[in-house]
Amino acid sequence: MGSEILVLVEHHEGAVHDSAAELLGKARALGGEAVAVLLGSGARGLADGLPADRVLSVDHPSLERFLPEAYTAALTALVKEREPRLTLVANTTVGMELAGSLSARTGLPLAAYCVGLELEGDSAVATSQVFGGKLHAEVELGAGIASVVAGAFPPAEGGGSPAVEDVAPPAALDSLSMRFLARVEPDSSDVDITGEDILISVGRGIGGEENIELAQELADALGATVSGSRPVTDAGWLPKTRQVGKSGQTVKPKLYIACGISGAPEHLEGMRDAELIIAINTDEKAPIFDVAHYGSTEDLFDLLPELTERLEAAVGAG
Amino acid sequence: MEIVVPMKQTVDLVEELELTDDGTDVDREFLKFVANEWDEQALEEALLLKEAAGGSVTVIGLDEVDVDQTLYAALAKGADRAIKLSGDFEGGLTSHQRAAILAQVLGDMSFDLVLIGVQSPEDLDGQTGVLLAGTMELPHVSVAIGVEPHEGGVKVSQEIGAGVVHEIAVDGRAVIGVQAARQAPRYVAISRVRAAMQSGDLAEQAAPDTGDAGGLTVRRLFAPESGSQAEMLSGDAEEVAERLVQIISERGVVKA
Repeated sequence: MGSEILVLVEHHEGAVHDSAAELLGKARALGGEAVAVLLGSGARGLADGLPADRVLSVDHPSLERFLPEAYTAALTALVKEREPRLTLVANTTVGMELAGSLSARTGLPLAAYCVGLELEGDSAVATSQVFGGKLHAEVELGAGIASVVAGAFPPAEGGGSPAVEDVAPPAALDSLSMRFLARVEPDSSDVDITGEDILISVGRGIGGEENIELAQELADALGATVSGSRPVTDAGWLPKTRQVGKSGQTVKPKLYIACGISGAPEHLEGMRDAELIIAINTDEKAPIFDVAHYGSTEDLFDLLPELTERLEAAVGAG
Repeated sequence: MEIVVPMKQTVDLVEELELTDDGTDVDREFLKFVANEWDEQALEEALLLKEAAGGSVTVIGLDEVDVDQTLYAALAKGADRAIKLSGDFEGGLTSHQRAAILAQVLGDMSFDLVLIGVQSPEDLDGQTGVLLAGTMELPHVSVAIGVEPHEGGVKVSQEIGAGVVHEIAVDGRAVIGVQAARQAPRYVAISRVRAAMQSGDLAEQAAPDTGDAGGLTVRRLFAPESGSQAEMLSGDAEEVAERLVQIISERGVVKA
C-alpha cells in the first residue's frame, strides 16, 4: 500500500464539481499524498488549479460524460494497480455508483454516506450517516473507499499546478454495453427556486396533493414560492423543478420554512445554508431540527392556517 | 423482458431507534419493519416496463420480518412470481452480504434486467444494487427515474443532480438502481393482497451460504451531535404562529 489518497474529481460540462476541493482538502489534512483522478475526454485542462499533489488523467471518448460502465472500468483499473491508502469519491450519483462498483470489483471495504474520516496508523476509521441520518456509525475502513457527503470537510484553500500523469485507458472501454444518449437540462419554464428569497417547503407530512394549498396560501401571504422534498416531487404533488436536496436544487434563501419534512441527509444537503430555517414537524426527533433555527412540533394543519392568517393581517396593516 | 426485483425489509424510521447493549447495532427485536420504499419504486418501474415490453416480473425477498406481506402485495400488484429466500437474518445483513446472496441466486436464474431500489436506510457499506452488479460483473446504472424499452435494450434516465438527467442506452443484462418510478407506486386493495396470500404462490428456497461476504466492522453507533439545535417554540398553534410572525418580522425578511 502506498501513501496515495486517490480522489475522484467529478466534473460536468467542463466544470469541476465543488466536492473536489473538499475531498482533496481532506486527503491533504490526513497527511497523505492527495492524488486527483481525472477521467474524461479532452478534460486534462481541468487539472490546472486543482489543490492536488498530482493528477492522474485517463482520457477516452467514452469518458466524456458520466457513463457508469466506462467510469467503473477506468477507476477500478487505477485502484487495482496503485493500491492507494484510501479512495475518496463524493456521495453523489456518480460517487454512489462508482464506490459500490469499485468495492465489489476490488474487495475493498466501503463506507457510504461518510461524514468523518481519520487515520489510525495506516488504517482509516470512518464515520457514516445511517438510518436516514438518525444515527452515525464509526467503522473500520482500512485502506478502503469512502463516499463522502457534501460539506463534510472544508474545501482546500487555493489551487495549484499539479503535475499531470497520463494513464492509458483500460481496453474494456472499447467494448461497452452502454452508450450515452443525451443530457437533458431541467425545465426552465418554471420558477427557479435557487433565486427565491423565501421558500415554503413541504415534505411527506403534508399528506397529499390536496394539502399543498395550505403551503401555497402561506407562500402567497409572504410573497414566497412553494418547494418540496423528494417524496413530494416523486409523488407528483409538485413539479420536479421545485425539488430541494441532493438530486434537486441547492437553495440558500433568506427564509426557509420546512413543513412536514423529516430532514433526510439528502434534503439537508440542499438547504442547510438558508439564512433562517423554521421547521414544523410533529416528530421532535426529526433531523430537520438539527439544522433549523426555530422549530415547532405543532400539527402543520393547525399551524399553517394560523400563520397565514396572522401574516396576511400583518402585511396588510404594514 | 424478464425482470427481477429484489425487495428488502428495512427498519421503519418513524420508530425510535434503540441500540443494542454493545452499541454496535439497533435493537431489531422490537422494531417495526417495512418494505424499503425505493424497492417499491423499483417494483413499480418493473411493472411499467413489463406492460410496455412484455415479459415477466419476479420479486425476491430474504426471510426478514413481514417480508411475506411485501411479496404478496407485489404479486397482487402484478408480479408474476415471488421467491422467498429462507435463512436466519434476524441480526440484519450488510449490503455486501445481501449482494452476495442475491448474486448466487441470480446466477442460477435467467433474467434480462434487475431493478432494485437505489438505496435503503441501512446502506452503511454501500448500496446493494451496485454491489450486486459488481459482484456479478454486470453493468449498472444508479439513481434511475425511468427505464423504458429502447432498440431491443432499455433507455435509462439517470438523475445527475440540479435537475439534470442523463439518458443512457443499455444493451444486454444489467442492474438498475431505481430512485423513482415514472409514476407513484400503484395502490393495491388489501382484499387482493389477501387473495394472493390464499393462492399461496410464494416459492421458498434456502438462501445460499456465501461465507464472509465482507462489509464493515461497526465500532459504535451513536446519535449525531447537532451543531445547533433548533429553539423549540412552545404553546398551541396560535401562540406558535404569533411567535413565528414576530421572528420573521424581526429578521426583516418580510415587512410585517
